[in-house]
Amino acid sequence: MSNWIPLWVHKLGSPPTFYRFAGIVMPWMMALALLSGALGLYGGLVLAPADYQQGDAYRIIFIHVPCAWMSMFIYAVMGVSSVIALVWRIKLAEVVAMESAPIGAAFTFITLVTGSLWGKPMWGTWWTWDARLTSELVLLFLYLGVIGLYHAFEDRRQGARAAAFLAIIGIINVPIVHFSVDWWNTLHQGSTVKLFGPSKIAWAMLWPLLTMTLATKFYYIASLFRRVRTDLLALEGGKDWVREIARGEDDR
Amino acid sequence: MNMHALQVFLAMGGYAAYVWPAYALFFIVLIADTLDPVLRRRRVLRELRTRLARQSARQGRSSGVTPTPTTSP
Repeated sequence: MSNWIPLWVHKLGSPPTFYRFAGIVMPWMMALALLSGALGLYGGLVLAPADYQQGDAYRIIFIHVPCAWMSMFIYAVMGVSSVIALVWRIKLAEVVAMESAPIGAAFTFITLVTGSLWGKPMWGTWWTWDARLTSELVLLFLYLGVIGLYHAFEDRRQGARAAAFLAIIGIINVPIVHFSVDWWNTLHQGSTVKLFGPSKIAWAMLWPLLTMTLATKFYYIASLFRRVRTDLLALEGGKDWVREIARGEDDR
Repeated sequence: MNMHALQVFLAMGGYAAYVWPAYALFFIVLIADTLDPVLRRRRVLRELRTRLARQSARQGRSSGVTPTPTTSP
């Protein structure tokens, strides 16, 4: 491969090295997730004032919006690693793509249900076939499709390649979810938090929201690493480094 | 925090029936997501150990050494 990629990247791509690296990083990420999660929830549920229109019902935002962002972010990660998996046939990229899918599905599911719980008191309905809600539901089905296709094959790596292909096709849905509130007249409100330009939200509400966003990012890294480690053990069961781990944990 | 403040907090301005289930779901789903790979890891390693034990038993037989009696499946 090309010389411009530093050697440690190649090394990190090898299953035993990544297994060890992920094992060191994972607990720290989980600790950061719990810490920032506790801080964000305290800020959102206790410190932030009630909304002048929505009262306390708006407090669902502190989980709904971070989870919605994660549902798209994880899909992007899954899409990029699927491309890497198909083009360069890197085993680790396949594993990262396939183990991202259940986490993404979990966040998408939380987004849909918390949105429903927020929609009932505010819109008067649990569900409506509005562009934002429908495209988010399609996102959930894409995740489930990737998971299902992956497990439909006897050969894990063959399944991963087929599912990676589906994941790449599904990327088209991510911008549709994001821009649906601008492209169509939706019941769902537009973006309140903007990367460029001033956000339409008070600082007392914004900082817990951003802290929760950070918490879900840390959580994703922790969960992904935990899943990738497990998957590597299953995929490399015949190799010496896995046998050593299996023997080492015999006492339990 | 005194009792009254706690009650006000839990009431969520009348939206308790929507806010708390949302938060409960958030935690339940993420805890399930965390436990899944932990349980899978145990299963994978257990299966691997069984396979290794069977392998070494077979090697022991073929080399003429009396194998330790095991409960064969």
